[in-house]
Amino acid sequence: MSEKKGFIAEVKSETGVNVNRCYQCGKCSAGCALNESMDYPPSVVMRMLQTNSAENVSKVLRSQAIWLCVSCQNCLTRCPMQVDIPQLMDYLRVQALAKKTVNKKSKKIVAFHRAFLDSIKYTGRLYEVGLVAGYKARTFDLLQDLNVAPRMLIKGKLPLLPEMVKGKKQLKKFFR
Amino acid sequence: MEIGFYPGCSLNGTSSEYAQSTLALAKAFGVTPVEVSDWNCCGATAAHNLNHELAAALPARVLALAQQQGFSEILVPCAACYNRLSVTQHTLSGNEALQSDISEALQMPLSGNLRILNVMQFIEKYIAKEIPQKIVKPLTRKVACYYGCLLVRPHDVLQFDRTEDPQSMDTLMAAIGATPIDWGYKTECCGAGFSVSRTDVVAKLSGKIVQDAVERGAEAIIVACPMCQSNLDMRRPHIDSYLKMKTTIPVMYVTQAIGLAVGLSRKELGLEKLFVTAKHVA
Ligand code: SF4
Ligand code: SF4
Repeated sequence: MSEKKGFIAEVKSETGVNVNRCYQCGKCSAGCALNESMDYPPSVVMRMLQTNSAENVSKVLRSQAIWLCVSCQNCLTRCPMQVDIPQLMDYLRVQALAKKTVNKKSKKIVAFHRAFLDSIKYTGRLYEVGLVAGYKARTFDLLQDLNVAPRMLIKGKLPLLPEMVKGKKQLKKFFR
Repeated sequence: MEIGFYPGCSLNGTSSEYAQSTLALAKAFGVTPVEVSDWNCCGATAAHNLNHELAAALPARVLALAQQQGFSEILVPCAACYNRLSVTQHTLSGNEALQSDISEALQMPLSGNLRILNVMQFIEKYIAKEIPQKIVKPLTRKVACYYGCLLVRPHDVLQFDRTEDPQSMDTLMAAIGATPIDWGYKTECCGAGFSVSRTDVVAKLSGKIVQDAVERGAEAIIVACPMCQSNLDMRRPHIDSYLKMKTTIPVMYVTQAIGLAVGLSRKELGLEKLFVTAKHVA
């Protein structure tokens, strides 16, 4: 059996998640709020990984599903086999980044995460004005939220200057 | 009594009314949470999506700071921060190698026994008992208590309330005279961090939540998470166009609802900061 080799083994040793425990009951997909927007619902991702074929693994790593998963933990909570899909999804995302196989339609999601981390890298705290500016620079999505921002300013929801965390040096080494 | 307070980035910016109403409520009941000084962002979704070590290091520094500053307990009103801090403390205590790597890199000791309270746990512990005698203006409305994902899941780690049909917020609302409704979306996802990058997804998921609350006769949605609040409130124009109807149901923080009932002013509670006005209900 191929269980001991290949991607399944890699997932097991890196995350502790045993892909083969899934018996395809479909509960995860039934409860997943993002299911309708995903190209492969979570139970299908599980099945594709179970085949352990390079082709299916590559399809999963190029999928939109892994980026649409919001880590809501509903699947894990309801799975009769306690398969930790959210943790698996975290791993799949990091692998997709490392292998440069990020789904094209998901580039905006990744851009947002990157802009978020950039913002906290420089100050230690999230600065929302900077976050949206960074996101726009990465996506050229210049019109995003042009209509909400003024109301946020009036309501005092957007501070005009970032705050600096003094100990941010301690965190520097973790930003790669 | 000294309890630490970790506002996190949302409460420091777009959801300042949540911090404001939490602190005003605490003060009204004689509790003064003290801000953990020099705190940093918990990393939210972005860190664990892109960089696992960072995802542990950011919350770890907050936990270490809190302990260094002498707190044994911290209040974390943001459900996302509460979730990240709790999950990280749990992961690190189960993984000595990672714990010592991170502690060394941060040059701060990590001990793993900080009590992390979400807003409901805080209210239950320090405030709930005295609510009945402090009520001046009961909130006589039907309300939909919306918990979202991050307060109740993963249950193994958080050990808070029930994952399906939780009750803690419902109990608090009943205590201030409101009628919590039975509904189907208490712990469904609102679209979380996709507010900017996939506004369409948020409109749909949050739309279903607003619709169910309205159809079942709720007059306000009560929340305890800044992400849920801003998706359901600030994204209302997108939600309404997804639902093809105009909805006017306000989305209030649990601290604002209780604060009103015990006689705090709209201003103290930051109610004017809501995008969808709550004037018609409270
Ligand atoms: S709920 Fe668990 S066992 Fe059922 S299909 Fe999903 S992962 Fe497999
Ligand atoms: S954690 Fe991800 S896969 Fe699981 S139910 Fe939530 S969005 Fe779907």
